[in-house]
Amino acid sequence: MKYKTQKVAYWFWALSMLLLTIQLTYGFIMGFARLGYDGLHQWIPFNTAHTVHLNTLVVWLLSGFMGAAYYIIPEESETELWKPKLAYVQLIALTLVGVAALAGFHFNIWEGRKFLEIPRELDWLVAIDVILFLVILLMTILKGKKKSTTVWVLFGGLTSAALLYLPGMITFDSQVLDSFFRWWVVHLWVEGVWELIMGGILAFLLIKLTGVDREVIEKWLYVVIGLTFLSGILGTGHHYYYIGVNKIWLIVGGIFSALEPLAFLAMTLWALNMYRKGEKKHPNKMAVYWTLGAAIVSFLGAGVLGLAHTLPQTNLYTHGTLVTAMHGHLAFWGAYAMIVLAIITYALPNLTGRKLYNHARGRLAFWLSNVGMLIMVSAFAAAGVAQVYMERILGYGFGEVQNEIAVHFWVLIIGATILSTGIILFIIDFVKYGLPNDEALEA
Amino acid sequence: MLSKQQAKIFFLVGTFVTFAIFIGLTIYSLDQVQTKIPADVAHGKQIWEKNNCMGCHTIMGEGAYYAPELTNVIKRRGPDFVRAVLMSKSPWQPHGRKMVAYGMSKADADDMIAFFKWIGNLNLNGFEKVDRTISPLAKNHMKQNNN
Repeated sequence: MKYKTQKVAYWFWALSMLLLTIQLTYGFIMGFARLGYDGLHQWIPFNTAHTVHLNTLVVWLLSGFMGAAYYIIPEESETELWKPKLAYVQLIALTLVGVAALAGFHFNIWEGRKFLEIPRELDWLVAIDVILFLVILLMTILKGKKKSTTVWVLFGGLTSAALLYLPGMITFDSQVLDSFFRWWVVHLWVEGVWELIMGGILAFLLIKLTGVDREVIEKWLYVVIGLTFLSGILGTGHHYYYIGVNKIWLIVGGIFSALEPLAFLAMTLWALNMYRKGEKKHPNKMAVYWTLGAAIVSFLGAGVLGLAHTLPQTNLYTHGTLVTAMHGHLAFWGAYAMIVLAIITYALPNLTGRKLYNHARGRLAFWLSNVGMLIMVSAFAAAGVAQVYMERILGYGFGEVQNEIAVHFWVLIIGATILSTGIILFIIDFVKYGLPNDEALEA
Repeated sequence: MLSKQQAKIFFLVGTFVTFAIFIGLTIYSLDQVQTKIPADVAHGKQIWEKNNCMGCHTIMGEGAYYAPELTNVIKRRGPDFVRAVLMSKSPWQPHGRKMVAYGMSKADADDMIAFFKWIGNLNLNGFEKVDRTISPLAKNHMKQNNN
């Protein structure tokens, strides 16, 4: 590592790994419940498992982004982190809020709004925590010797994500308005400002891994995030087709959603071209795998599978079915989970001095988790398409159809087991060889 | 060839213009949305959220895909059936999937019904008809079952 305070990142990623483990565990509870094996129902009914599954996802990714920012910003700004002890305070506060929220979900303390279930009192603590995080980053950037585009894009994405949390905190009596502004948070996060964060991390990784000139990489970073916002902001319209607002969103959402894959395609081409152009072949092969993997799988999951059901004519039938789960799983995995795992894989050898660049367990972790996720997504796809046909076209009842498509949930569980094996291998490396070491500090 | 400065302008202008259009469309859309909600409907929504019904069901297509879509539940099953389910103190397990026994009071169950009725009367640009679409094949299937 270049700066001693970069090691703060490891502890944010440790929180990510812990939450990811919980997310997977609750995913299994949900998978088995879908098959009728819900012996835990009395203590963990499906809605609790679902809420824990979604919120651990959001928080482990946010913690992963925070770790990435604490690693990248000192290095890019060529300075130590401003008040690193405050960063640890921020981590502890985030952990406590997370634990309180997760415990509360088991006692029906929640808001009952998908993705935004954290109760209002804790929302304020999250907001304070994020403000502290942003202040630490901003002060670091301001005292730094260099102010790079990558840093500003990353900081801009994180700041916008914090601001967009606010519309989710407004209370509405109308379900229509509630839903409308809930998407301001959820959609504009995952198909908007989180892509800025992803773009910032990806740009950093490409600069480090390919050796291509920073100016070239950052120029294309602007193009990619420009396409993201150009399509993604008005693409929010695809969530407004059928929630009780007027028809104009069918046209606007339809057109701009169809453009959304272009942003992801641009990201994939950008990453692959930079890698091809790069004269420096970085020895950290696993970091290259995860980085290029994130760029490719995000295009498949968010771009292609998103397009598969966001046109209004298709979405009329697929809306509210397992087809959405198909898209959601690969999109989150490719775009955000993989980029967090990429920056961890790149950073750990630098933080520890152990050159674990291309070892068997690392390769196995990458392939098993990706193959497992693809099997899961295929299972959701088969179940979702069958559900749409039987339920929405043939008119069979929901429960009958769920029983008919049960076989796909077995495939889902097989896929989830393979994915989890890959993740466990990743975490073994993380715990066994990841602890930062001051001796790894570059002279 | 595109310069970095031009790429930056593309990003800033593109973002500003699309965000401005988005805000404009939001104002235009919300102008036509009913904001005065009857008290029973608003209370029904609160109960819906307090119990995290969206953690299993979907409404207007949004939720967890584990339990049925409820946009048209009153039209489909009638208020008496829905009231009985919500007030039931014993666990309910349709098609093998367990639902929490909420044991609601009649007043709360009625407010939930008011909430569902309100949702069921919204114009959802066609989605309100989807879970009522019966194809010729399904009609044959139902006819055979009735015979």
